[in-house]
Amino acid sequence: MIPLYLRRRLINRFNMLASLATMAVGLGVLGWILVTLLQKGLAGITWPTFSQMTPPPGSPGGLLNAIAGSVMMTLGAVAIGTPVGILAGTYLAEFGQRGWLAPVTRFINDILLSAPSIVIGLFVYELMVVRMKHFSGWAGAVALAIIVIPVVVRTTENMLRLVPNSLREASAALGAPQWKIVTFVTLKASQAGIITGVLLAVARISGETAPLLFTALNNQFWSVNMNSPMANLPVAIFQMAMSPYDDWHHLAWAGALLITFAVLALSIVARSLFRQKHKL
Amino acid sequence: MARLNYLRARLPLGGTRSNQATMSSVTLPKIADRPQVRTFPTALQIQDMLFRLATRGFALLVLLILLGIVASLVIGSLPSIHAFGWRFITTETWDPVDNVFGALGPIVGTLVTSVIALVIGIPLSFGIAIFLTEQAPRWLRRPLGIAVELLAGIPSIIYGMWGLFVFAPVFAEKVEPKITAWLGPLPLIGPLFNGPPIGIGVLSAGLVLAVMIIPFIAAVMRDVFEVVPPMLKESAYGVGATTWEVVWNVVLPYTRVGVVGGIMLGLGRALGETMAVTFIIGNSHDLNLSLLMPGTTISAALANEFTEAEGKLYTASLIELGLILFIITFVVLAISKLMLLQLAKKEGTKT
Repeated sequence: MIPLYLRRRLINRFNMLASLATMAVGLGVLGWILVTLLQKGLAGITWPTFSQMTPPPGSPGGLLNAIAGSVMMTLGAVAIGTPVGILAGTYLAEFGQRGWLAPVTRFINDILLSAPSIVIGLFVYELMVVRMKHFSGWAGAVALAIIVIPVVVRTTENMLRLVPNSLREASAALGAPQWKIVTFVTLKASQAGIITGVLLAVARISGETAPLLFTALNNQFWSVNMNSPMANLPVAIFQMAMSPYDDWHHLAWAGALLITFAVLALSIVARSLFRQKHKL
Repeated sequence: MARLNYLRARLPLGGTRSNQATMSSVTLPKIADRPQVRTFPTALQIQDMLFRLATRGFALLVLLILLGIVASLVIGSLPSIHAFGWRFITTETWDPVDNVFGALGPIVGTLVTSVIALVIGIPLSFGIAIFLTEQAPRWLRRPLGIAVELLAGIPSIIYGMWGLFVFAPVFAEKVEPKITAWLGPLPLIGPLFNGPPIGIGVLSAGLVLAVMIIPFIAAVMRDVFEVVPPMLKESAYGVGATTWEVVWNVVLPYTRVGVVGGIMLGLGRALGETMAVTFIIGNSHDLNLSLLMPGTTISAALANEFTEAEGKLYTASLIELGLILFIITFVVLAISKLMLLQLAKKEGTKT
């Protein structure tokens, strides 16, 4: 029979060690994935990867068209999604005190935030691809924009709520109309936070594959026409990784390394930007 | 003049100080006697109204997106709803050649992989959250928290490639034979673990999913653990409770709703996750008792088959799969959101 006091201490010791172990597992997996990426992808980070088109199996090539397509669609998605998100978030924070619309929108927005991205792909397929009768870069950009919107709405609202009310009252006392208060005072005060939100949204969409499968599809050749199927990194990686060809696998790993480090860099920049602003 | 009217409208007290002084000495005419002036909205008021309406419109747009998703999925899946009715979700035949489709395989696959992910992910996230809030030295908490968030930021396709090319071979060689040897002979649960050690299959997909949802659940748990008033914890420590006892008897009961909300959030992610699963689950529509055999999930079936689907009924069946997935995740996420809101309310009344 173990004395009660000792038993309590042993249970505590055991559970705390288990907790330490779970943290180690988490960090271990993160490390394992990053090391794998570096091992398999680093060899592919060469000049031709950035200067040549995606090749047919067996011949040398790069990822230029896929990178360009991804950048263009991401920019398109941000251009569509950011204004919508900022304005909707402004409504929630500044005008949404009364009525049913704000709470319902907030609720729906949070659900859209984690809605399965492949379903968003299906939606845009029905909305645009079926009507236009062909896959297109615009459809891909719209699908990504639908993922951007909830992220931006959420951060905009949260950031606007951090702005002290005395700022609003001070500008109202000077006779500023409400739209000027919102655009020139409160939105301006929460600029850094909102930019953080947009960067996080970009980080989120730059690795999204599922919504692009049925919207932008892929394109083996150089194309900057947003009205036609467009190459993009995630889908290119997906097709190459699922193929049986070794040289495609190498390219896929190089692409995977590129995406991951771009995403990680973006989210670190976003976080440090936010922290810098809020230390002041 | 418009500007002045506007200012008067905004200042309820009206007039300047000198004005007020004279006003008090003069007897004011009764309101009814004053000449009635019809006020039209001034330019500035109109601008304000337009601005307010514009933001309101964009808030409505968010709602419209959700309605649009539901409507387009329902319309897209009408042919298969007409053709199969409820049979669609109770049969497992998936035969594109004869145009007979049943979604039982993907639905079961989605649920089973998500449950595996939760069973493994919950204890791990709980441990990480405890470590981050109770154990880690203060200077280490921020970097470790960021590391966990980075794990959440890695795109799912990377998890998929890692799962297929790195994890699956190791798992097939080292772990699966042992699982079969240890758990296979057991009664009842034995058949679940009998199967070929090929590395890809339902169990591996569930494991990769677990790794993916750990950061989400752990982040929510950490956040809700941090709202526990320090006084509660200190009182427990004061009467001699160990760290574990404080966590189990004070922190966890206080945050139960939030913890469950976080778990449901992770479940919502796991249900809808596409790329990681597609790589590693093996894509077979047949139902199998063994977790080591290949299976499929709704999202994996969509990712694999949608662009190659020929014929109206095939496409419609796939879209109906998407509709089912959306309904399941919507319900799960709505419950999660409601629970987290409940905790936020509790926090609001306490402070």
